[in-house]
Amino acid sequence: MIPERAINAAVICGLLAVPIWAVMADEIFTITLTTRAVILALAAVGLNIALGIGGLVSFGHAVFFGLGGYAMGILAFHAQTFTPLDLGLVSVNGTKSMPVIWVVATAVSALAAWVIGLLSLRTTGVYFIMITLAFGQMFFYFTISWSAYGGEDGMSIYVRNGFPGLNTLVPIQFFGLCFAALCLALLLQWRLRGSAFGLALNAARQTPERVETVGLNPMRLKLLAFVISGAITGLAGALFADLNRFVSPTMFSWQLSGELIILIIIGGVGRLMGPVIGAAIFVALEHWLGGLTDFWHVWLGAILLLIVLFGRGGVIGLLTGKAGPHV
Amino acid sequence: MSDPVLATHGLMKSFGALVATDDVSIDLRPGEIHAIIGPNGAGKSTLISQISGGLASDAGRVEIMGQDVTALSTAARARAGLGRTFQISALAMEDTVFENVLLGVIGATAGAWAMFSPVARNRALAERAMAALDQVGLANAKDTRCADLSHGQRRQVEVAVALTLAPKAFVMDEPMAGLGAEGSKALTGFLDGLRSEAPILLVEHDMDAVFALADRISVLVNGQVIVTGTVAEIRSSDAVREAYLGAAP
Repeated sequence: MIPERAINAAVICGLLAVPIWAVMADEIFTITLTTRAVILALAAVGLNIALGIGGLVSFGHAVFFGLGGYAMGILAFHAQTFTPLDLGLVSVNGTKSMPVIWVVATAVSALAAWVIGLLSLRTTGVYFIMITLAFGQMFFYFTISWSAYGGEDGMSIYVRNGFPGLNTLVPIQFFGLCFAALCLALLLQWRLRGSAFGLALNAARQTPERVETVGLNPMRLKLLAFVISGAITGLAGALFADLNRFVSPTMFSWQLSGELIILIIIGGVGRLMGPVIGAAIFVALEHWLGGLTDFWHVWLGAILLLIVLFGRGGVIGLLTGKAGPHV
Repeated sequence: MSDPVLATHGLMKSFGALVATDDVSIDLRPGEIHAIIGPNGAGKSTLISQISGGLASDAGRVEIMGQDVTALSTAARARAGLGRTFQISALAMEDTVFENVLLGVIGATAGAWAMFSPVARNRALAERAMAALDQVGLANAKDTRCADLSHGQRRQVEVAVALTLAPKAFVMDEPMAGLGAEGSKALTGFLDGLRSEAPILLVEHDMDAVFALADRISVLVNGQVIVTGTVAEIRSSDAVREAYLGAAP
């Protein structure tokens, strides 16, 4: 069986090789597809910290994805229409600067995750799944009726936002930015998992009573994990919006929350590269099968079924022959 | 007489019409093992939960070293010096023995807010964890996942985690449960030595162990302490015989 480290290295190399090949072969669309996979992977890495390590099955992570997207959309909308953004007490100008947008997107998502986490973490199991789903639907219907920013139709951002020193309109350069963000998030997850916080969080998932009896508060551990998780998914939302140059309420949809969970299950729950493998497979299927039939989700469902039934531990579990870290 | 390390005063708990804990006042003095025995359903587990913080009391107080901890959470009571072990092992089964014990060290020292430094490579923490494992004789199983341990070894890990906390008082919920005669004997010997580190409030069904270890015994029946005394006093108590065997005809 293949060691997990080798798989991890192969995944990263593969993610780099495809777009480099695409540049040489002038296959622009392939770069866009890979960028899409990288951004979805980033969103799922965020979820994997809450779900994989902390055991928090959030069915509402689209909230953070959407908030990241709307943070970008609103800031860029005001910049491209040259209208100030009225925040009640102060009014600020919009911006087309990615770094600023990213800071706002992660901060807003982290704040939302803190509030949602405070309320949802009182529950566990299926109630936690339902309450996070309910938050997702709240945001979804709110943005549908938010006519100032396009309502149901969403809004288009005509020119991709800028990053100092780069031309983000060149697909490979934008890919590079997204890839760097993914690598940083993976590095964060890896360090987190090996730290005192990761050890305690992982124990809190398995046995919260134990964590309490050693004097730690499992609720605070989970809340912090949820905030970090939401912030990363929020950053992915901002990048996703920039990839499409379009934001709409579908970023808040429960289908998206579900897809993020599916990505993780396909790749391997709690595995470092689980979300990345899951996202790569998802985007590949979406492209190839989606070209053949509108009903490609049927085949995605079949694959998910096979993995859940026979490949516990996801694709990484299959390749390494080890079902753990947990199934 | 020295001040008690752990004490309850008039502790009450009802579940509907059932009074599970009825005016329980017990104390644990330095250096002693105080056993709590009683028939099934006497309220031993409820009492342990009230003491360790898992269950809120309807009335009464819990004190650790004279400090009222009744309103504190389980975690805060642990920090105040309560080292609890569980009847059914509450270990992180997917993690190794070392990681489980390390969790105790993290709780007892720095806390779990270090997010970037690899905790397993922290010498000071690892040494403390290994010292506890050495003490219970599990050092050579440190890399075994808890799921792969025998029942008896899991009990040892439970005790090792409690040791890392360097508690003021141990509260042990049936540590002998499910152990064979050999394991039971070994653990009895170990607990005998442990009382010099911190006194132990011991809930136990294994009467051989209780009679071998306890300095004092309290008998709990229908949520009430019917008698507290030395081993000899309990052995000869009519009330205890009645509670266990029924009234003489």
